[in-house]
Amino acid sequence: MSYIRLVNVTKRFGDVTAVNNLNLEIDKGECFSMLGPSGCGKTTTLRMVAGFEDLTDGEVWVGDRLLSSPKKHHYTPPENRNFGMVFQAFAVWPHMSVYENVAFPLRLRGLPSAEIDQRTKDALAATNLLKAASESPDSLSGGGKQRVALARALAINPDVMLLDEPLSSLDPHLREEMRFEIKDLQRKYGFSIIYVTHDQSEAMALSHRILVMKLGVVQQIDKPLDIYAHPANRFVFSFIGVSSFTDVLWQDGKAFISGSDRPLPAALTVPEEMKAEARFSLASRPTEIEFTNAEDPAGVHGQVIRRAFLGEIVDYLVRIGDQQVRVQIGRRDPGPGPDEACCLKFLRPFWYKAED
Amino acid sequence: MQDIIKLEGVCKAYGDHQVLKDLDLSIRKGECFTMLGPSGCGKTVTIRLIAGHEVPDSGKIEIDDTVVADSSTGAYIPPERRGLGIVFQDYAVWPHMTVTQNIAYPLKMEKRPKAEIDKLVKAMIATVGMEGLDKRLPSELSGGQQQRVALARALVADPSVMLLDEPLSNLDANLREEMRFEIKALQQRFGITVLYVTHDQEVALAISDRIAIMDANGRIRQTGTPYEIFEKPADLFVFKFMGIANFLAVRSEGDKYYVGTGTQEVPWPEGPAGTAEKWVVGFRPSDVEIGREAKGLKGVIKRANFLGSTMDYAIEIDGEHLRTELVAHKAISQDLMFQEGEECYITFKALHWFDAKQLEEVGEL
Amino acid sequence: MSSATIKKDSGFGVAQLILLLSIAILVIFVAWPVLLILFNAFFVDGSFNSLDFYRVLTDPETFQALTNSLIIASMTTVGSTIVGTFFAWLVTRTDLPYKNFMKSLFLVPFMLPSFIGALAWKMLLSPHAGYINKAFMSLFGTTEPLFNIYTYYGISAVEVMYLFPFVFIQVCGALERMDPTLEESARISGAGLLTITRKITIPLVLPSIMSGALLIMLYSMAHFGTVAVLGIEQGIYNIPTLIYEKIHESAGSFESIRTGTVLATVLVVTAAIIIWGQQKILSRGHYQIIGGKSFRPMELKLRGLRWPLLLFCLAYIGFTIVLPTVVIFLVGGLNTYGLPFTWENLSLANYKYILTEYDVTKDAIFNSVSLGLAAAVITMFAGVMISYVIVKMKVRGKGILEFLGMLPFSVPGSVIALGVILAWSGKFGINLYNTVWIILVAYIARYMAFSLRANSAALEQVHDSLMEASRSCGATMWQSLKDIVIPLVKPGMISAFFLIFLPALRELTVSIMLYAPTTRTIGVAIYTLNEDGETVMSTALAGVALILIVIGQTLINHFTKKVSE
Repeated sequence: MSYIRLVNVTKRFGDVTAVNNLNLEIDKGECFSMLGPSGCGKTTTLRMVAGFEDLTDGEVWVGDRLLSSPKKHHYTPPENRNFGMVFQAFAVWPHMSVYENVAFPLRLRGLPSAEIDQRTKDALAATNLLKAASESPDSLSGGGKQRVALARALAINPDVMLLDEPLSSLDPHLREEMRFEIKDLQRKYGFSIIYVTHDQSEAMALSHRILVMKLGVVQQIDKPLDIYAHPANRFVFSFIGVSSFTDVLWQDGKAFISGSDRPLPAALTVPEEMKAEARFSLASRPTEIEFTNAEDPAGVHGQVIRRAFLGEIVDYLVRIGDQQVRVQIGRRDPGPGPDEACCLKFLRPFWYKAED
Repeated sequence: MQDIIKLEGVCKAYGDHQVLKDLDLSIRKGECFTMLGPSGCGKTVTIRLIAGHEVPDSGKIEIDDTVVADSSTGAYIPPERRGLGIVFQDYAVWPHMTVTQNIAYPLKMEKRPKAEIDKLVKAMIATVGMEGLDKRLPSELSGGQQQRVALARALVADPSVMLLDEPLSNLDANLREEMRFEIKALQQRFGITVLYVTHDQEVALAISDRIAIMDANGRIRQTGTPYEIFEKPADLFVFKFMGIANFLAVRSEGDKYYVGTGTQEVPWPEGPAGTAEKWVVGFRPSDVEIGREAKGLKGVIKRANFLGSTMDYAIEIDGEHLRTELVAHKAISQDLMFQEGEECYITFKALHWFDAKQLEEVGEL
Repeated sequence: MSSATIKKDSGFGVAQLILLLSIAILVIFVAWPVLLILFNAFFVDGSFNSLDFYRVLTDPETFQALTNSLIIASMTTVGSTIVGTFFAWLVTRTDLPYKNFMKSLFLVPFMLPSFIGALAWKMLLSPHAGYINKAFMSLFGTTEPLFNIYTYYGISAVEVMYLFPFVFIQVCGALERMDPTLEESARISGAGLLTITRKITIPLVLPSIMSGALLIMLYSMAHFGTVAVLGIEQGIYNIPTLIYEKIHESAGSFESIRTGTVLATVLVVTAAIIIWGQQKILSRGHYQIIGGKSFRPMELKLRGLRWPLLLFCLAYIGFTIVLPTVVIFLVGGLNTYGLPFTWENLSLANYKYILTEYDVTKDAIFNSVSLGLAAAVITMFAGVMISYVIVKMKVRGKGILEFLGMLPFSVPGSVIALGVILAWSGKFGINLYNTVWIILVAYIARYMAFSLRANSAALEQVHDSLMEASRSCGATMWQSLKDIVIPLVKPGMISAFFLIFLPALRELTVSIMLYAPTTRTIGVAIYTLNEDGETVMSTALAGVALILIVIGQTLINHFTKKVSE
C-alpha cells in the first residue's frame, strides 16, 4: 500500500510553473529518489512535502493524514509533520554541542529526560558520533557535520526522511561512504526516504525507484535497472550517463549517419516508428561501443580524430560522416591508434526522434 | 632533444618548512611536460621559481640556455624579462580590461606597432574561439571563457615556454574535460613547450608527453611517458597515485605466497624479487577478472552497487578487500550481475609486487 | 632576454623606502601624539609618577566624568542594541509591509549628526523652553515638564536615536546572510517560530549583536556632541566634554593638560579593551552560518499586528528623524528664537544671511569643505600606500606597520585632538596651534582608520596572481602597479574619499578643541553660536549642514551603486 501520496501537485512561482500536476505514490520503507538537473522542480517538490512551500494546487498525504491541500484550506506546518530532514549545507547549529543538536527535537517533544538521553545516544551511536558528543559541530569535518544532521533527523524516529542533496557538499570519497551509511540506516530503521539529487550514480546506487524530472514535468518513474535498460526518452538517456547522439537520415529505405554515404549495417535494426522520420538520432554510451575489424558486417566505419590514454581507459573521439561519437575502451582492449581509420560496433544502440 | 628549462639542485624553504630539496629537472623543447603530485608537494613553488616570482635559496635555473636564477652568483632575471607565458589556477584575467585589452597587454609591453597588435590579438581571439566576445569584461564571461582569455594572453607574445598552474581545477567536470583537449591542441598547433602542474592524474595522462611524479616531500619519484608511469610504476607511491588501486596483503611461506590469512595462493606466475616475509600485491580494478567458474581466488561479494553504466563490487578474500568495476552492459550480458553474499572467483590480468613496508610508508594519499 | 645581475639582498630598496614612509606617516600623525599623552599622564617633571595619575583620577570632578561616561555609554548601548535588534528582526524575518523601504528608512539616522539631533531635542524637550514641554504644561496647566532632556535618560535616549543603526546594520546583515536551512531544520525538528527565534536565530546572530553593541559603546564613551549640548548646562560631563572644558577654560595650564591626558589615557585604554573584545568576538565566536543554496528565509506572519507594527515603525521614524529635522528648519527660519511658528515669523532671511553675509558661518562652511577635501585626499593616498604595504608587500619589518595600522582604529577623537595640541603647539619646533593646519593634522589621524579599512578591503580583492600575470606579460613592477593595481583599487580609494569627506564635513569632537576664531568648522560654529545664544543662526547653519550631508550621501549612494553594477 502506498504511504506517501502526492495528488495532482502543482506549484507556480508567478508565471513559472515549477512543478506541473505531479502524481506520486511512495511505499513505506521505500527509498525514492528524485533526479534531475538544477531547476527541474525536484527540490521544490521535496519542500512541498516538508511543508516549507505552499502548494498551488493538489494534495499531499502521508498514510491517512492529509498534510497540504489548498482546496480544502488545510496545511500542517513542518513542525507538526514528524519528518526528518537533512540539508545540503548540513544546517547543524554551531552554538550547540553535537549532543544538544541531536537532543533538540526530542526536548521539543517534551519527553522524559532519561528517554531523551537514551534516544540521543542511540542516534549518536548509529552514526558513529558517540565520541564527539560533547564537541562543537564546527570542529567536525563536512562528513561529521552531515552525520550530526542525520543523527538529529533519526532521533525522533521519523516516518519519512527527506534528504535534499545531502552528499553534494562532501568530497567524492566521503560521498560514497555516507551513501552506504544512509542505506544501512534505512535498513535498520525502516523509514521511507525521499532523496533529491542531481547525481545519477548516487540515485542508482541508493534507490528502489527513481523519478527523473525536467522543468517540473515527470519524465520517467522506474527501478534503477529499468531506467538503465529502457530510458523513456532522449532526456532520460542523456541524463543518466555520458552519451553521444548521432544524427541519422532515413533515405530510400536505408539509414545513413549524417554526412556519410555508407548505409548503417542491417545488424543495427532501426525501429519501425523511426522510419517515418526523415532524421532521427542513434544514441550510444562511450563504454557500450567496441572496435571491431573492418570486415565485421555489423561494423560502422569511421575515423579516429582524437585518442587519449587516461590510465584505466582509453578515450576516443571518432568521426562518422559529419558526426562525432565518443568511445571508451579498457586499456587492454584492442583499439586503433590516433588518426587511424576504424570500425565501430554499437553494443546497445538506442533510437530517439531528433530534437526539435 | 634540447632542454629548454633546466633546474639544478634547487632548494626552497619557507621558514622551517623545506618545500624543495635539491630538485633537478629538465624539460625538452616542444614537449608537454607535467609535474604531478599531491597538494602541497611543491609543484606550484617550482613553477613560481621558474616564472621568477620566487627566488631559490640555492641552486640554478636556466631557461633557453640563459641563467635566470643562480644562488651562487646572485643572478636573477625578473619575471617580465623571462619571456614566459603563464596561466594561473584563478585565471588572473584583469577584471577592468576587456578581452581584447587583456590579450593585447603583453604585446603592448613589447611596444609592438598598433596594427600588428590588432592583427595578432584578433587571430588569437579566433584561435581560442572567443569571436564576438572581444569587447566583454571578464565579469561577463563564464569560467571556461575566462580561462580561454588567460590562455590567449599567455600565448599571444609567442613565449618560449608556457607555464600552466592547475588551470582547470576551478572548472566543472565537463568543461575540464573539454579544456584539457583544447590545451593539448593549442600546444601541438603552436609547437610550444608546456610545463603543466596538476594534482589530477587523469589530466596529466591525457595531455602529457612526459610526466614527473612528485611526492609530498617535493621529491621526484619517477619521470616518464604516461604509459611508462601507469604500466611500469617505479614504486608503490606512483602506483597508488596514478589511479584507483587495490592492495591484497600476501604472506610468504617457503616459496608459496598466500593471500591474507587464508590458504589460497596468489594466482600469478611470477613471485616477487626479494626476501621479505610480508608483501602486498597491487592491481587496478580493470586488471581484475571476475567470474563464476572456479578459477583463481575464491571470494565473497560484500557489496554490489549498480551505478548506472557500471556495476561496482566490493569483494572479500580471506580477510582482504578489493573493489572492482564492470561495465553494466557486460555484467548483464555475461551473467556477472552478482548479489551481495554470493561467491565469485578472481583472476588477474596484471599484478605488481610491493614490499608491505612501502604501503605503510605511503599511507593515505 | 637580456641577462642582468641583481643582488638578492639588495639592502635598501624601493620596498624598504615605502615601508619607512608608511611607518613615518603613522608615527607622526597617530603614534607620536598618543605617546605624548601617555607620557604627560604618567610623567611629572620628567619622572614616572603613577601616584599622581591616581590622584587626578580620583579627583571628584574627574571621577564623576568617568562614571558619567560609563553610565551614559551603558544605557546607550543597551537601548541601541534592543532597538537595533528589534527593527532588524522586524525587517528581515517578518512579513512587515514595505520591508525594504523601512530598512532604508532605519539607516537614515546614520546621516544625521547626533549633536544636531541633540540641538533639536533641546529645543523640543528642554524642561521649560522646549516646545513639547511648553505645549504640555499649557495644555494641562501644570509647571512640571513632560520630560526633561537634560538628564542621563535624555542624553542616552538621544544617542540611541542616532546610534542604533550600528547594531541594526550588523544584525540585518547576519540575518540576511544566514543559511535559512539552519532555521528550517529546527522547524522540521518540531520547533515553532518563536522557539526558533529564541533558541536558534538569536543565539546565532548574537556575535553580530555584540559586535555592534561594542561599537556603540566605544562611540558613546568617546562622544562629545550630545553630552556637550544637553549635559553641560546641568553639570553632566563625560570624558570628552571634561577634556574640552579643561583645555578650553584654563588656556593650556599644566594642571588642566594633565587632567586631560589622564582622562584621555582612560579613554584609550577603554577603547583598546573594547576593540580587543570585538576582535575576539568576531574571530572566535563568529559562527559559519552562511551556506548552501538559498531559499527565502521563513517569515513570521504578523497577522493582525502587521499594520500596527508598520505604524509603530513610521511613528518611530517620524518622532526621531522627521520631527527634529523639521524643528531645525523651522527654528532656522524664525526671526527670533522663542516666537511661535506662524507665517509672519518665518522667512528665509537667516539662511540668506549665514550663506552670504555672516562671516562666522561663511568661514565655517569654507573651512569645513576645504578641510574635508584636503583630509580626504591626503588620507586616501596615504591609506592606499600603507594598505598596500600591509596587504601585499613582503618586507621585513612589516609587523611594526601592522601594529601601527591598528592604532587609528582605537584612538578616539578627543584623544587625537589633545595629542596634536601636545605635539604641534611649538614644544617640538613647529607651532600650528590656532591655525587651520592643526585641524587638518588631527583629521588625518582621525580618519586614517576609514581609509585603511576601505583600501585594505579593495586590495584584498586584488589577488596576487593578477600582478604576477602582468609581470609575466612583460610589465615591470611600476607598470603593473599603474596598469593593474591602481585601476582595481580605485573604487576603494573613492569610497575612502567619501567615507572621510562626509564625516569631516560635520566633525565636532576634534575641531572644538582646536579651533581659533577664524578656523571654526561647521560643527564648531553651530555649537558655539548655540552656546552664545545665537540659536536661530546656529539652527539655520545646522539646516544648511543637513542639506549638504544629504546631497553628499546621495552622491555616494549613486556612485557606489554604479561601482557595484
